[in-house]
Amino acid sequence: MQRNLNHPTIVTIEKVIDETPTVRTLVFSDDVMPTVLPGQFAMVWIPGVNELPMSVMISKESGKAAFTVRKHGPSSTGLFNVPVGGQIGIRGPYGNSFDVKEGKLLLVGGGTGLVPMMRLLTFVKPTDDVTVLMGAKSKDEVFFEDLSNELLKNNPHKVIVSTDDGSYGEKGFVTDMVEKLVNETKFDAVYVCGPEIMMYKTVQSAHSRNIFVQASLERMMKCGVGICGSCCVGEDLACRDGTVFDGDHLSTNKEFGHLHRNKAGILEKY
Amino acid sequence: MEPSIATSIGQIHLDKPVMLASGILGISLDVFNRLYASGAGAVVTKSLSTAAWEGYPNPTIFSVKGGGWINAVGLSNPGASYFAKMIEPNQDVPIIVSLVGSIPEDFEMMIKEFKNCKVKAYELNMSCPHVARVGLEVGDDPGLVKEIVSTVKKATDVPVIAKVGLGTSNYLNTVGTAVDSGIDAITAINTVRAMAIDVETKRPILSNKFGGLSGTPIKPIALRCVYEISSKYDIPIIGCGGISSWEDAVEFFLAGASGVQLGSAIGDNWVGVFDDINKGILDYMKRNNYSTIKEMVGLAKKS
Ligand SMILES: Cc1cc2nc3c(=O)[nH]c(=O)nc-3n(C[C@H](O)[C@H](O)[C@H](O)COP(=O)(O)OP(=O)(O)OC[C@H]3O[C@@H](n4cnc5c(N)ncnc54)[C@H](O)[C@@H]3O)c2cc1C
Ligand SMILES: Cc1cc2nc3c(=O)[nH]c(=O)nc-3n(C[C@H](O)[C@H](O)[C@H](O)COP(=O)(O)O)c2cc1C
Ligand code: FES
Repeated sequence: MQRNLNHPTIVTIEKVIDETPTVRTLVFSDDVMPTVLPGQFAMVWIPGVNELPMSVMISKESGKAAFTVRKHGPSSTGLFNVPVGGQIGIRGPYGNSFDVKEGKLLLVGGGTGLVPMMRLLTFVKPTDDVTVLMGAKSKDEVFFEDLSNELLKNNPHKVIVSTDDGSYGEKGFVTDMVEKLVNETKFDAVYVCGPEIMMYKTVQSAHSRNIFVQASLERMMKCGVGICGSCCVGEDLACRDGTVFDGDHLSTNKEFGHLHRNKAGILEKY
Repeated sequence: MEPSIATSIGQIHLDKPVMLASGILGISLDVFNRLYASGAGAVVTKSLSTAAWEGYPNPTIFSVKGGGWINAVGLSNPGASYFAKMIEPNQDVPIIVSLVGSIPEDFEMMIKEFKNCKVKAYELNMSCPHVARVGLEVGDDPGLVKEIVSTVKKATDVPVIAKVGLGTSNYLNTVGTAVDSGIDAITAINTVRAMAIDVETKRPILSNKFGGLSGTPIKPIALRCVYEISSKYDIPIIGCGGISSWEDAVEFFLAGASGVQLGSAIGDNWVGVFDDINKGILDYMKRNNYSTIKEMVGLAKKS
């Protein structure tokens, strides 16, 4: 029987890579997840703990995919602590994906928002001129810098790190760096995933200069398939209409950058 | 003359017969507007309680291999007063407010919250199969059903619907009690209590262990219930359970429903499902020379 993608498939963690003290990548074998489009996510069941939406991370080995998780509350800590040999359930992939454009590309990622950017990097053409901008709080929270350089070794490229405290790379907020970059360079496309305020400002910077821009939104997700309604952003359902939206569309959405819903569905300010 | 798919469920008049069922996408006015524009005749809100509820932890929804879903969202909702403020600006969308509670006072209190809102009808959830002290546990208690329905009927002039499901007692008795207490219409049915176990990790998948089965697997059961209710009682009925095509909707009309609701089909076919079904019903009416939905209602019982 063909695999029902909405039905959790149990996979076994084969490798755990510590990226930073709070971020880990868990690698597993699967026949669906290694081939998903950039920006797509899975619902990940940690038995006995919870089920969380996670962007699908790449793995260097064929037939394998990964999740990169930051230890935060009880649920993400549950996933963070799954050992080699541990089992998790995955369903999906869900959501749409980034439109892969050609030319001068700017990819902006904050924290685990870098995950979909890494997959996007595997889709760029050797002729594309790619800038990856990554934001972190401090030096020991920087990850995927080497991986980005490696994935782009055949491209004209730049990997820029900025830390809030200036302990590594450029000092300051990623969004200030975005403003600077889009002023200097006429990008053909800008892609962003990370904290919503960061995405909001990035979208504004690019959109106001008529640069094509897409952001991948995070919302409270329960079903992942467009039934429960918990992930709505204005009239859009992040899991089904997104998670990737164009700057054009986002600039008309009154919740993006300002409001999100909690587990009961009450709007809260960012 | 072009046939009309407008319908009346007792005093509830709708331009289109297919509604959004409770609990599905029903959390924001913007989404309601979108679903209405997509062809929904009315939208039913998530079941609202007196206070905000977070619901159960994930997994809250599970896809059954042969089709259908099991959910235990746990009636997560922002609470009636928050919700009432959100829908206050609405003028255009026919909104049916679903309420859940344990005692008559809960319902009375919530109805007051909606005094400034345009509400098409109230739907009393007497059938959620996976939350303690509300839903089915209310539906299975005839004394409580009677008290709640009578209280709500006194509290509002807006039509009141009771939504029933399959619990531990005969649901037909719940319907009978609701009818005797003055209910205006019945929605049948809610999800059917069910579960799923993962064979690899050897544990129930839903965090709540038990949930409610919806979608295509329950359609024959829901259809049977609508047929039974319409055979026994003279009460307007809304059919619900596994409807995903125009044929399904017409089957429910023929069994005795004057309108239908759907939820799970949205997971499979997304919001275009409303217009697809509306068009299919209209074509069927043309082919059969029906000019109103009413001409079809209950036909299967005459043969
Ligand atoms: C599409 C998508 C992709 C994501 N990709 C990644 C990723 O690659 N790596 C990563 O580390 N994190 C990712 N996240 C975030 C992740 O799903 C969790 O929200 C986060 O790990 C917080 O978990 P927690 O343990 O703190 O949750 P809890 O302690 O249970 O709750 C704390 C807060 O986390 C958020 N949260 C909890 N459950 C959910 C849920 N089901 N859906 C959305 N938010 C929730 C809420 O804001 C909540 O208030 C993604 C989220 C989305 C929506
Ligand atoms: C995710 C989900 C949440 C639901 N929440 C509610 C609810 O809050 N109140 C209610 O009366 N029914 C609720 N239901 C039941 C539906 O309204 C409907 O009765 C049932 O799903 C059968 O219809 P369907 O097969 O078209 O989905 C829910 C169903 C699902 C799938
Ligand atoms: S997560 Fe349920 S509708 Fe998007």
